[in-house]
Amino acid sequence: MSTTPAPAPFLTRALAQARFEAGILLRNGEQLLVALVLPALALVALTYASYPDLGPDRRIDVAAPGTLALAVISTAFTGQAIQTGFDRRYGVLRYLGTTPLGRSGLLLGRAGGVLVVLALQTVVLGALGLALGWHPRWIGVPAALVTLVLGAWCFVALALAFAGWMRAEAVLALANLVWVLLLGLGGVLLPVDTLPAGVSHIVRWSPSAALGDGMRAPLLHGSWPWMSHLVLIVWGALFTLWAIRTFRWRD
Amino acid sequence: MAILRHYTAPVPPYVRVTDLRKTFGAVVAVDSASWSADPGAVTCVLGPNGAGKTTMIECLEGLQRPDAGTVRVLDVDPWEAGPEHRARVGVMLQDGGLPQSVSAARLLSHLTRLHAGPTDVDALIDRLEINTFAATPVRRLSGGQRQRVALAAALLARPDVAFLDEPSAGLDPHARREVWSLIQDTAARGAAVVVTTHSFEEAERLADRIVIVHRGRVVADGTPAQVAGDRSLEDAYFSLTWSPS
Repeated sequence: MSTTPAPAPFLTRALAQARFEAGILLRNGEQLLVALVLPALALVALTYASYPDLGPDRRIDVAAPGTLALAVISTAFTGQAIQTGFDRRYGVLRYLGTTPLGRSGLLLGRAGGVLVVLALQTVVLGALGLALGWHPRWIGVPAALVTLVLGAWCFVALALAFAGWMRAEAVLALANLVWVLLLGLGGVLLPVDTLPAGVSHIVRWSPSAALGDGMRAPLLHGSWPWMSHLVLIVWGALFTLWAIRTFRWRD
Repeated sequence: MAILRHYTAPVPPYVRVTDLRKTFGAVVAVDSASWSADPGAVTCVLGPNGAGKTTMIECLEGLQRPDAGTVRVLDVDPWEAGPEHRARVGVMLQDGGLPQSVSAARLLSHLTRLHAGPTDVDALIDRLEINTFAATPVRRLSGGQRQRVALAAALLARPDVAFLDEPSAGLDPHARREVWSLIQDTAARGAAVVVTTHSFEEAERLADRIVIVHRGRVVADGTPAQVAGDRSLEDAYFSLTWSPS
């Protein structure tokens, strides 16, 4: 026999998988539409339209943080749920579990891929916002980044919880439906206070509203959104437990 | 009546299944199965659909946990095995397990990055003629083309053990001959190659050892000549796996 085959170091494997996953997300036309084109259209529309009411602040200053929150849901939830659902269907998760990557490397790589795409979305949509006249409170950027990461964790966990036990076609339909519902009523693009009273009392405690408010508070007012972070942590923990209990690697 | 014969290996087997049992609810998929696969040899596992072949192989790949008995691959329990072990084991799943949206070239190139040592990826791409469709997304490939990509993925890191599930299914005669030659070369360099197949022709051409599985049990285990006896392998197979209604 020649030399014994050996695995690459763990970090090398996880980074390679993150690059691979990011490439898949960025080469997927439908995913790019949901991750970049639709949030960009929402940003432009909210900025120049006079409806719906966004509150007393400049429209672009309210719309831009909400658009970044929407981008998190697009990539961390919709994109991941659909990709994981179909990967499970085609046996990709099982196959990668037999390679040196293993399950932990796959999960870390997948999370890394989401963060790479999220960083790209933030840069592109942030630049578009600045070009449209957005004046963020720069002091709030660290808190907003914490919100982005917490939101990504929370919604990736929700995506895995969905994709881990449902049929791929059901995941596809549901992930898109949830994206549309959150877009309109989830407190993502529109501040919770601008929603009808009956809805806002409930939505206020949802992960989507926590993500939206957790972006708006620091970038609009420079404040640290402790409550939004707490809400995201609680939902993230619940979704993670749900995913751990229900996730199946095979279809 | 079942034929159980014992094969004497000159060196310790790389794959060893001992009294393996695996159930799914009330269904007994594998029951008291014992067999082994030696380095430098091709072991073909034959059996009807639902006989328990895939379950048994998935236990060896670390994808299923046995209910009873033991499985050892390279003297390691695959269920508990880490990346060092998985780097030495090549796997070709029945359903391929290939990501659908990437090209064969990109997938194979990615898989090489998971390994530290040299790989045979370029030679395999040439030999399996993957070049002709290397840039095409996996979802647009024909069944035979996907088979070739999955086989290249299993063998690219020069594994010490390879589990290949129906490696020549759906291939044209030229491609099948090349795949058989590749499997024989893999065994010749010292690897233990375990091939799951429905094809008697494949088993007769490749196997140094044949394991026939029926209703979760091993009903024959030996060299092709031992298993066939004074009949053809096909006759022996049907005799061993015949189920009165």
